[in-house]
Amino acid sequence: MAGFDPAIHAIDTDWAGAKEDADHRVKPGDDDFEWEQSPALRPNCETGESRSVSRYLLRRLLIAIPSLLGISVVLFAVLALAPGDPFGELATNPNVPPEVGMALRAKFGLDDPIMLRYLRWLAAMLHGDWGFSFVSRIDVDTLILQRLPATLLVIGSSQVLALLIALPVGIYSAVRPYSIFDQVANLLAFVGFSLPTFFTGLLFILLFSIYLDWLPFVFRADIAATGWHWYWEQFKQSVMPVAVLGLLQGASWTRYVRSSVLEVIRLDYVTTARAKGLPERIVVIKHVVRNALIPVVTLVALQMPALFGGAIVTEQIFRIPGIGSLLISSILANDTPVIMAVTFVFACLVILFNLLADILYGWLDPRIAYR
Amino acid sequence: MAGSTLASPTVSAAPEGIGATERASSGIETWRRFRRHRLAVASTVVLGLMLLAVALGPLLWQVPINDIDFAAHLEGPSWGHPFGTDDLGQDLLARMLYGGRISLAVGLAAMVVAIVVGTAIGAVAGMAHGSIDAALMWLTDLFLSLPPLPLLLLIIYVFREPLTQLVGPELGTFILVVAVIGGFRWMQVARLVRAQFLSLREKEFVEAARALGMSSLRMVMRHILPNSLGPIIVAGTIDVAAAIIAESTLSFLGLGFPPDIPTWGRILFDAKDYLDIAPHWALFPGMAIFLAVLAINFIGDGLRDALDPRTSA
Repeated sequence: MAGFDPAIHAIDTDWAGAKEDADHRVKPGDDDFEWEQSPALRPNCETGESRSVSRYLLRRLLIAIPSLLGISVVLFAVLALAPGDPFGELATNPNVPPEVGMALRAKFGLDDPIMLRYLRWLAAMLHGDWGFSFVSRIDVDTLILQRLPATLLVIGSSQVLALLIALPVGIYSAVRPYSIFDQVANLLAFVGFSLPTFFTGLLFILLFSIYLDWLPFVFRADIAATGWHWYWEQFKQSVMPVAVLGLLQGASWTRYVRSSVLEVIRLDYVTTARAKGLPERIVVIKHVVRNALIPVVTLVALQMPALFGGAIVTEQIFRIPGIGSLLISSILANDTPVIMAVTFVFACLVILFNLLADILYGWLDPRIAYR
Repeated sequence: MAGSTLASPTVSAAPEGIGATERASSGIETWRRFRRHRLAVASTVVLGLMLLAVALGPLLWQVPINDIDFAAHLEGPSWGHPFGTDDLGQDLLARMLYGGRISLAVGLAAMVVAIVVGTAIGAVAGMAHGSIDAALMWLTDLFLSLPPLPLLLLIIYVFREPLTQLVGPELGTFILVVAVIGGFRWMQVARLVRAQFLSLREKEFVEAARALGMSSLRMVMRHILPNSLGPIIVAGTIDVAAAIIAESTLSFLGLGFPPDIPTWGRILFDAKDYLDIAPHWALFPGMAIFLAVLAINFIGDGLRDALDPRTSA
């Protein structure tokens, strides 16, 4: 929940550092808990595998549609209630005659009933027309496409960093539970996900930009360099934002990985694997980790919303021109079409990642039948 | 379908803990287990001191929070100003003590909102069969897939003005922030409660109560809910930490409390542009948020160990 960060979240949420590990008795995400029935109770789980996967996918996509519609209705209703007026500035500008303002409002249909506006927005959206930014004076989809790469770059690299931390540390802690290493790692994990992203960001800037002067603290989209130099500059300016998000995620994942591996490593089949003389490394990597990662995948997917929250904060601190900072600036500027589109893109990304997690889940665990 | 797979160990170990004496003894047992988690005990002390400081501190340290003194602006810690001053020369210790009240109160109040909403929805879904259950769980999943921070920013931005005019800036923002943060954190609780209810309602002692003709409401209040409390308490503790971070994040983005209400996040927001010349201004509130959150997370961890008999060795 360092999200809403991040922490809002954090935002968590969690947003910002989701602490949803409160309970591993009931895995969040296991809503279809009939999955856990023994395979014997489920005939046909072996036959027609690929057909059932595609049918399952289709079903999930169909379920996602009402969710997306619901989200868009909520978003649209909230925005329609907003007191701010994107043309407020025009109304107070004496150089603009009131008729022009009225004509503009009529052109964008701002005075129609909410229902009508929503349906019009939905129809336009389905045609690929995301609206027109009142402030930037360009199409919203162009604006978002300009901003999206920076966000995805930072989020993607931070996930990789988080995995690189969480997997080895979590597994090693679980293999030697209650050892010194485990205790130190546990302490650091707690510290890691209790540090809100905005504070970690400021600490990093203070240390690496101000005292040591190693890294730039403003992220620039237009680096005046070419070739290797460009990559080096890009790397230098990405280090801090990626580290802020990656350490937060890595800290909470470490705990998931540890508790999950710890649960599996006690099982009889692991003893069997050892008894037949496999080296410990093979036992852990091939037999334990694969099964242990199954619940971790769900938890990771559930943290996605919180991660986007964390990304908003990070983009704000380091002034990364991504969609998070676009959201904040458009909220402050009353730029309704952009706010609507960006929040909707966030919601779509979250649903997409949940879907991916479910598919991955089934691939990792053949006992799960796609239904 | 409510097989015993999801039964919490808490439940199976102490389903008979309804008598007053047994409840007392299980309380002692819980405390004994909690005490073994040294970090959790230390965290309780730290959090207690912080609560005490924000509750009593403003009475002892009677420097006004908005006493502007340009002669002393951006000063580091000194005897006159133990935490230094900000760009207007306002005393940071006084501001942090005052703002801490709000930061911590938001955390607690938002947790209460999340727990009440989550328990209510989870309980109804767990007791109802069929379409009501399905609809409520669809709602829960919908909320789980909403990106909380963008929505929080949006809702607060939209409703701050009207509510401020209605009940004043401080109370208005407080109500809004608490309602919105709580309103986006109930889903985990709802799922936990539903899962607990699904398994508990098939247990023999509930069956017996039903056979005796007990009404559903009474059954829930007397038998099912008390036995689901363990996970709810742990989730609630961790929600407090999450809510504190959430409020600080909102304030840090400039969309939380107004500048004259110096919550810890708000102080950080004001301090971030002076990081090079006055690092103390950002470090103290940041450390306060971090310490509070860390302490609460450790307490949650200790409570989980204490309330979950499975972990007792």
